[in-house]
Amino acid sequence: MLRKLSVMLLLMALTAGFAYAQGEEAPPGPDAEQPPEPAEEVQTEENDAAAMSAAVDGEGMRPPHSIQVSDWPDDAGDALSLTFEPGSETPENLSFMGYAIYRRTAGEEAMTQVGFIPTGEGTCFADGYDPDFPVEPGVQYEYQVAATYINGAEVASEITPAQEMASNQWFHTGKVRVLIGCIIFIALILFYFHAAQRGVQMYLRPIAGIEAIDEAIGRATEMGKPILYVPGLSTISDVATIASLTILGRVAKKVAEYQTPLLVPNRDPIVYTIAEETVRQGYLEAGRPDAFDKDSVFFLTDSQFAFVAGVNGIMMRERPATNFYLGMFWAESLILAETGSLSGAIQIAGTDAVVQLPFFITTCDYTLIGEELYAASAYLGREPKQLGSIKGQDACKGIIMAVITVSILLSITDLIAGTQTVTWLKDLFTMAIVD
Amino acid sequence: MKRAVPLAIVMVGGILFIIQYFIPHQYSQTLFDYYTEWVPIVGAFTVILGVGSLTRLHKHKIKRKAPNWPYSWAVLIPLYAVPLFALILPEAIGGGMLQSMGGERTSPGVFDFAYLNIQVPIQSTMFSLLAFYIASAAFRAFRAKSVLATVLLFAAVIVMLGQVPIGELIGKWFPKIGLWILRYPNTAGKRAIALGVGFGMLATQLKIIFGVERNWLGGAGS
Repeated sequence: MLRKLSVMLLLMALTAGFAYAQGEEAPPGPDAEQPPEPAEEVQTEENDAAAMSAAVDGEGMRPPHSIQVSDWPDDAGDALSLTFEPGSETPENLSFMGYAIYRRTAGEEAMTQVGFIPTGEGTCFADGYDPDFPVEPGVQYEYQVAATYINGAEVASEITPAQEMASNQWFHTGKVRVLIGCIIFIALILFYFHAAQRGVQMYLRPIAGIEAIDEAIGRATEMGKPILYVPGLSTISDVATIASLTILGRVAKKVAEYQTPLLVPNRDPIVYTIAEETVRQGYLEAGRPDAFDKDSVFFLTDSQFAFVAGVNGIMMRERPATNFYLGMFWAESLILAETGSLSGAIQIAGTDAVVQLPFFITTCDYTLIGEELYAASAYLGREPKQLGSIKGQDACKGIIMAVITVSILLSITDLIAGTQTVTWLKDLFTMAIVD
Repeated sequence: MKRAVPLAIVMVGGILFIIQYFIPHQYSQTLFDYYTEWVPIVGAFTVILGVGSLTRLHKHKIKRKAPNWPYSWAVLIPLYAVPLFALILPEAIGGGMLQSMGGERTSPGVFDFAYLNIQVPIQSTMFSLLAFYIASAAFRAFRAKSVLATVLLFAAVIVMLGQVPIGELIGKWFPKIGLWILRYPNTAGKRAIALGVGFGMLATQLKIIFGVERNWLGGAGS
């Protein structure tokens, strides 16, 4: 701190001394050595101040130079990459603030500041990311970089036409590995779709939670109590909600066969409309369309905890024999499941929200963990194509498991032998996160 | 027709947006932006259906004099009274609502009062129930009924003690082991689930796009 203060005082003293000397000195002769001139002075009234600040560095007034502008790769033609070489300013110079980036369209007069790089943050700039200053594809721009000092002075570079214009790309090269992965996995799933269609017998390991669905519906029927089905609290854009509605269709069919009352409270209006149609269809498939009660599927509220209060109220008043919580849940998962547990209902939960799984596991009788929620529909329906998709998923997981096993073995080998064979594998699966 | 049109829309849209992900071109981005703008517009219309459902349900309860039917009035009256008064007396009831719409706000409205003094405390009360439920769920989960449950109990005790200052007083290794359990075995398990979820999502989406899964169509599904 003291060191910084002393440096600042020294700089101020030098600046004052230089200003005084400028006033006293006679103009230098023609043979006298001239300091390098700035390419362009943006603010004429601040030239003196710029000179003072630059002179404090003792390296003259050389502005930033060698501006290079190139098209930003893999974008919608809305960004340009700008790099330049610094002038005489250095980050150690405490009066130096950073670089102001100016831009204008070729043929225009006025320059507009489109960005600022604070001192110490390099000499690269991505133009176009600020929505206030968008970059248009196919437009020729001109750039100027100005070193900015604490007193507002700027030492600006020459105005440089951009060497490249922003252009649209038709393929994101950073997503090649994602594309390859997608092709492999989609191909595997489609392969098993067709294998199942050809009649190839496929074994699926039993999942206790799914097998318990029939048992739970039967229990409610025997007790003459309703079944509560909560299709999660998320919207229809969540895949877990879609998976839940698929299971609801199967449950509704069973419920219709057994003539057990069903209650389906909803938080999202779109999910409510689809849930109503799904349940209606279940009753239709069971041959009992007349037994469908429109009031069995209803919209409660879109407020998270108000919804929980509503569902808990239903549990305590109606005392359903079976509760299903299948879909996406957040903090309300435990409140729902614990209340259901207190009401004495048999509970089957399923979610892909990893954080909520422990709550369901501790309070519910059966829990579908992650992917089991997506597999439930296929298990219940036993349609060949549906079973094929499960086998396809398993094949994909097999590939990943093989890669992990090879990586572990190579890592151990590297550790023992001091080699670096695993690096290429790591590089193969490492990629930047891109939108 | 009832089934073919939605299936075709989903198939074309699904394949289109898979391809769109790999195309950064302006046309592709514009298409995506249009789509994301349409979703909330469609969603807004379904709120009417939701309100209709709620009204129908409680109307039937009142009509049938079902158990606790007077509470249905407690739902229906505010459901219609708030928007109605907001239209008739916007300044008196508006408050925050009116301000958010760019209107002048002279005094706190009834809506503000009801929201801050009724809805917020009730929601906070519901949320705070979680603390008690976590305690009771933990008690149930940590009963050493089997070998695995005992392992879980020990792991939980170590992690819990590692998170509080008393753990460090008991033994310096408590926080380290607790952190190790969280970082390695716990993260490994979570990643395995996440991986399965990813493939499950992919398979479900493909089933929907290719029309293998049709239950989401409801009445038009078969």
